[in-house]
Amino acid sequence: MSTEMNSIPALKSIPKWYKTILAKEGRAFAGLQNLRSVALDDFNRLGFPHKKLEKWRNTDPKTALSFDYSMATDDLRMPEILNEVFECEVHELDSFIINLYKGRFVYKDNPIYTLENGVIVGSLSAAFEVYPDLVNKHFGKYAITEKNAFQALNTALFLDGLFVYVPKNVAFSKPLQLINAVGTTEDVFVQNRNLIILEPGSELTLIQCDDSYNYKRSLTNSVTEIVLGANASLDHYRLQNINNNSTLISSLAIEQECDSRLSSNSIILNGGLIRNETYTKLNGTGAHADVLGVYLADKNQHIDNQVFIDHAMPNCTSNEQFKGILDDYARAVFNGHILVRKDAQKTEAFQNNANIILTDKAMINSKPFLEIYADDVKCSHGATVGQLDDSALFYIRQRGISEDNARMLLMYAFAAEVTSEIRIDSLRDRIEDMVKKRLRGELSICDQCVLQCSSPEKYNFEIDMSKI
Amino acid sequence: MLLQIKNLHVSINGREILKGVNLEVNKGEVHAIMGPNGTGKSTLAAVIAGKEGYEITQGEILYNGKDIQEMAAEVRAQEGIFLGFQYPVEIPGVSMTNFMRTAINEIRKYHGEEPMSAKEFLARMAEKKDLVEITSKLTNRSVNEGFSGGEKKKNEIFQMAMLEPQLAILDETDSGLDIDALRIVANGVNKLKTNENATVVITHYQRLLDYIVPDFVHVLFEGKVVLSGGKELALELEEKGYDWIKNNTER
Ligand SMILES: Nc1ncnc2c1ncn2[C@@H]1O[C@H](COP(=O)(O)OP(=O)(O)OP(=O)(O)O)[C@@H](O)[C@H]1O
Ligand SMILES: [Mg+2]
Repeated sequence: MSTEMNSIPALKSIPKWYKTILAKEGRAFAGLQNLRSVALDDFNRLGFPHKKLEKWRNTDPKTALSFDYSMATDDLRMPEILNEVFECEVHELDSFIINLYKGRFVYKDNPIYTLENGVIVGSLSAAFEVYPDLVNKHFGKYAITEKNAFQALNTALFLDGLFVYVPKNVAFSKPLQLINAVGTTEDVFVQNRNLIILEPGSELTLIQCDDSYNYKRSLTNSVTEIVLGANASLDHYRLQNINNNSTLISSLAIEQECDSRLSSNSIILNGGLIRNETYTKLNGTGAHADVLGVYLADKNQHIDNQVFIDHAMPNCTSNEQFKGILDDYARAVFNGHILVRKDAQKTEAFQNNANIILTDKAMINSKPFLEIYADDVKCSHGATVGQLDDSALFYIRQRGISEDNARMLLMYAFAAEVTSEIRIDSLRDRIEDMVKKRLRGELSICDQCVLQCSSPEKYNFEIDMSKI
Repeated sequence: MLLQIKNLHVSINGREILKGVNLEVNKGEVHAIMGPNGTGKSTLAAVIAGKEGYEITQGEILYNGKDIQEMAAEVRAQEGIFLGFQYPVEIPGVSMTNFMRTAINEIRKYHGEEPMSAKEFLARMAEKKDLVEITSKLTNRSVNEGFSGGEKKKNEIFQMAMLEPQLAILDETDSGLDIDALRIVANGVNKLKTNENATVVITHYQRLLDYIVPDFVHVLFEGKVVLSGGKELALELEEKGYDWIKNNTER
């Protein structure tokens, strides 16, 4: 590590945290501790990313790393406010809610429990003790530490997170909604780690919500490893709505076996600095991945989406679609990398990134990238940047619709291409409401979570007529 | 008087397109504007509707006695001006139904009225769809997206029927229509006609005027209304061509 790296405030407490964590862990964690040690070495070698690295050229984490964060390594005590926070629910959304506080699993009696049809849900840390074989078989196999500093740091320092196991041919009936609250203390560093195992033929809907409940600064480094067995199906959502002082690095490391189906949809409504990394390896024939995203950013916000789809086997398909609307000085980065390996014949891979830029100060760096070694493939990629269409605006206004609403309507329609893909009706309605509010600059702190309890807002234009 | 245009001069990027247009339209009247390509017909329509990017260097546009030059396009629409576009715009992702409902409710809001109930709205949709013989297949889609040329034109009349404007300017709504569609469109326009509203049709073809019988025909030529008359003027024009106008104006 260079001396320059040593001067990064966020680095200061890492050795201390590492020691504390190791000291706390008992015999069941021996395997994990080996991984932690390798990961820490990897991290020390790599250091925090900086602008000189190709993958970080357009996203500078420097400001986010310029604080001496604290990390709660002692036993978890639920602060009072959480009771309030976790009390609200989206009534229409019949989901199974899991709460994470500072990245750790919140529970009343049991840290891990078995639900219908043998589905296991609980604390990852508890899973290491209760289901060591299951966890060790998959943990650390998909997230890479040698090349990815944040993932390495996460492996070295995570305390807990969500563990889910869906047995063979079981379809979990309710969406599993993971609500991650960062909390009320200043300058928290959250290292959250999740492991989701879908056995062959199983099905799961997982909603990952990252919300702020106040304007306190935080840095969240979340890593989720997911494995989809043959013919398994995962419908996954990331809903991100954090305050402008917060940084969120959210990595998904996925492996898909034969005929498995992944749909991952990232809805990014607000955030100081958000970087989403999505890796999926299509590791069996006939696997399919939809990776979608929509991002809305204004002020000084910075939204970065990195998608890497690894077509390792023949006859797999992937479809990537990201859409963004940028206002003020906001900046977005899109990096879509599709790798088609030599054996991955008959691959079909599509990728698109479209942006609307509302001011001349807003900026997008879009880099769609195809790396193809097989010869019998169908691949395409594209990126567009544009303004709202003047002739469409005039057409809409000529029918009596105000300019503001005409702009709204066009922006909303643009985002709807992604949000309309949300398969859970109540969630889609909720998200579309939030997108509308966000576009009108009306998303308040009370709306900063999908749990928001207030009644749905009345709009002066209707979006979904099929409901009347 | 519903619309009064006095000595209107309009430039685009410093080039003068309209060079002193005069036009008066009263309630209950149908006017036709004819004239060769590039003569400024669509420009006139766009300026009345409030499209930005035009410079009015001289003259006045009075609507219901009020000068509307400073009025935003949407306010003009809310005041009852409707433009049937020569080239209707496709708006992916915005459904026809939502579009019309939003428009109707914004217009109502402007007039201090409550939003239209869903039931009333659907009833109106059904009625107007019948009027222009348009199917739900079209109204369930995004605005004009993937519509054929003729479908787009029919859709303009459908929107006009939904919004019930006081002044409708139809810019070449007849071009690109087959005989049946032409009859349907004309029939729609005629049925919407009352003593309180007026229609201005811009067209190249006398044929349309067999269906929509105008009270007045005007010839716009090189940015000016050079000739006005009754419906027989259209026939004369068809017979003699624009050279006749040219020679006339040169004289
Ligand atoms: N945005 C613009 N920029 C520059 N010139 C324009 C613009 N719009 C119109 N013009 C010019 O103004 C003139 C009048 O155009 P306009 O569309 O009003 O004609 P028109 O009478 O409607 O013709 P047509 O019968 O072909 O529809 C044309 O010479 C056209 O090229
Ligand atoms: Mg024209």
